[in-house]
Amino acid sequence: MDLKDKLVSSFMAFENNVDVEHPVHDIRSEAIKNFEEKGFPTKKEEAWKYTSLKSLQKVDFSIFPKEVNALEYKDVKKFFLHEIDTYKIVFIDGIYSSFLSETTHDGVDICLMSAALSKPMYKQVIDVYFNKIASKDESLTTLNTAFSREGAYIYIPKNKMPKKPIEILHFSTGNEASLMLQPRSLIVVEENAELQVIERHQSLTTNEVLTNAVTEIFAAENAIVDYYKVQNDSKTASLIDNTYINQKSKSVVKVHTFSFGGKLTRNNLNFFQNGEYIDSTMKGVTILGYKQHVDHHTLVHHIEPNCESHQDYKGIYGENSTGVFNGKIIVDKIAQKTNAFQQNNNILISDKATINTKPQLEIFADDVKCSHGCTIGQLDEDALFYLQSRGIPKKEARALLMYAFANNVLESVRIPELKSRIKKLIAEKLGVSLGFDL
Amino acid sequence: MDNIYIKNVKMLKINNLHAGIEDNEILKGINLEVNAGEVHAIMGPNGSGKSTLAAVIAGKEEYEITKGKVVLDGEDLEDASPEERAHKGVFLSFQYPVEIPGVSVTNFIKTAINETRKAKGLEDMPANEMLKLLREKSESLEIDRKFLSRSLNVGFSGGEKKRNEIFQMAMLEPKLAILDETDSGLDIDALRIVANGVNKLKSKDNAIIVITHYQRLLDYIVPDFVHVLHEGKIVKSGDKELAHELEEKGYDWIKQEAAV
Repeated sequence: MDLKDKLVSSFMAFENNVDVEHPVHDIRSEAIKNFEEKGFPTKKEEAWKYTSLKSLQKVDFSIFPKEVNALEYKDVKKFFLHEIDTYKIVFIDGIYSSFLSETTHDGVDICLMSAALSKPMYKQVIDVYFNKIASKDESLTTLNTAFSREGAYIYIPKNKMPKKPIEILHFSTGNEASLMLQPRSLIVVEENAELQVIERHQSLTTNEVLTNAVTEIFAAENAIVDYYKVQNDSKTASLIDNTYINQKSKSVVKVHTFSFGGKLTRNNLNFFQNGEYIDSTMKGVTILGYKQHVDHHTLVHHIEPNCESHQDYKGIYGENSTGVFNGKIIVDKIAQKTNAFQQNNNILISDKATINTKPQLEIFADDVKCSHGCTIGQLDEDALFYLQSRGIPKKEARALLMYAFANNVLESVRIPELKSRIKKLIAEKLGVSLGFDL
Repeated sequence: MDNIYIKNVKMLKINNLHAGIEDNEILKGINLEVNAGEVHAIMGPNGSGKSTLAAVIAGKEEYEITKGKVVLDGEDLEDASPEERAHKGVFLSFQYPVEIPGVSVTNFIKTAINETRKAKGLEDMPANEMLKLLREKSESLEIDRKFLSRSLNVGFSGGEKKRNEIFQMAMLEPKLAILDETDSGLDIDALRIVANGVNKLKSKDNAIIVITHYQRLLDYIVPDFVHVLHEGKIVKSGDKELAHELEEKGYDWIKQEAAV
C-alpha cells in the first residue's frame, strides 16, 4: 500500500481516538477529503519542481506510534537551550512528555493542542483561530489538518509576555522502524503581547522519520513574535514544515530558520499582512553536505498599505547537497507604499552541489519599493588569500569567510545564548575550531 | 657545513623571477636581494607589476611562477602556502584589506597569532599577555580601544583600514614586511601615524619592502634602496635620491631609458 492510501485508510482508526463531536472534527473530515483528492504533490507542480517526495512515499511509515517511549533529560539535554531557563513543550514520538516539559497557565497559556481541543475553556480561541490561516487546499497542510490532534498551544493575552522563551521540541526515538509525525501547533499573540519561540525536530536514531508539521501563528496589533527554527536533524529525518502567519497592524514577526541537517527539508513559510505598518522578517542560514536537500519556499502577501517585508537567506552547499530558494512576494493593488526586500545569496563549495533560486514577484500596486537579489558564487579568493597571509590555514580561513557570509542573519537573533549556540553549530558544521566562539 | 654559510644567507633573494596569471606574464625577470635591517622601496608606474610582486612573495595561488625563484632565509618558497609563508615571518599589508563581518579585530588578530604559534609547536598566547600586547600596540598606533571590537574592516575608512593593517603587522612582528600601497587613500596625518608605526617596528633583524607609486611616504619611511619597476622588470636601482628624482621628473625618462 502506498503512503497516501495508508494515510487515508488510517483516518478511520484515528477517528476512534478523537472526539468526533467537536467542531474541529468537521474541519478534519473536510481536510482528509482534500488530501484524498490531491494526494502528495509531484514534481509536475511548479512549487515542487525541485523537491521530490517520491522516495519518501515508498517507506512504510507507522502513522501512530504503538507505545510511549521515555527519555532521560540527561540524554537529550544538549538539544535544549539549557544555558537559560525556558518553558518547554516536549513530544516524544508525537506524544506529549510531561516529564520533560515545563508548561504554564500563569497569565499565559503554554501547553498542548490536545488539551486545547478537548477542554471547554479553550473552545473560544479554537473556534476563532484554528485552521483559519492554514491553507485549505494545499495537500500536505490538509493532510496535517486531517490528523491534527497534538502539538503546541500557546495563547498570550493582551499586554503579556512570558517570563522566558518557549522551546518546542519533537523527539523521535526509533521505537518504530519508520515513523510519520504530524504535529499541529497554534500560537496566538494578542495586542501588545510578545513571544519568543525556539522550535526543533530531533531524531535520536537512524530510523527513518517523516514530519509533516503545521503551525499557525496569529499576531494581533503591536504584537512582537520571534520564532527560531533549528533544523539540525539526523540524515534519516525528513521534515515538511508549513508555517502560516497572520499579522495585524504594527505587529513585528521575525522567523529565523537554521537548516544544518536532515535528509529532506521543505520549509513553507507564509506571511499574510492583514493590517498596516506591519513588519515581517524571514531570515535563514542553510549549511548542507552529504546528499542533504533543503527547499525554502517563502510567501509574503502584502494585503494592506504601508507595510514592510525583509527576506535574507544565506546558503552554503557542499558535497552532493541540493538547495532551493523560492521567494514569492504578492503586493495587492491597494497595498501602496509597500517596502519588500528579498535577498538570497549562495556559496557552492563543491562541484556537485546545486542550488535553484528564484524570486517570484507579483506586484499589482504602483507605489512600492521592491528589491530582490540572488547570487550564487564561490568563496572570494582574494579574501581567502588575505586570511591565509595572516597565518590562518586554508580550512580555518574558509570557515571564517563562510561564517562572515552568514553573519548578517545571526545579527538579529535576540536570544544571546541561542546566538552563541548557533555559532557553535556553524563552527561544528564547518569542521573547525578557531580558538574563539564564532 | 650548512652553519658556516648561514651568516651569508640573504633574508630574501629573488632570482630571475617570471610570474603571471594564466598566459599573461607580468613579472619578467625580477632580481632583488634584501638583507635584515634594510628598507627597500619599490616604485613604478601603474601596471608595472608592483602589486603582483608583493602577492607572489606572499604566495597568492593564482599567480604561477614560470621561471626563477623566491628564496627566504635560504629556503625556496615555491611550495609554501600563504599561511606557511606567514608562519615563516612574511607579512603583506594589503592595498585593499578584506571586510569580515562578525569577526572582531581582536579575535582576528588572536587567531592569526595563535595559528602562527601552533605552526611553530607553541601553546596559545596566554590571555593576559595577549591583552597587554593589544593595549601596547594599539596605543602606539593611536588606535581607539573601541576600534578593536569592531568587525574587521567593516565600515572602516581608508585610513582606518591601513592603520589596522599596520596594527596587525605590529602584533605579528614579521621578519619581512611588504607594504603594498599603504599610503594610498591616506591624508597627511594618517600617513604620519602609519609611517611612525612602521618605523617603530624597524630593527636590525627585520626588513621592510615599501611598494608605492609616490615618493611622499618615503619622506617618513626612509628607504636604504629604491628600485624602479617597469614592465615587470627592475630597470633602475639607487638610494633615496632616486625617489626624489622620480618625484620631479616622473616615470617617463625611466621608460625611455629602459627602451634604449
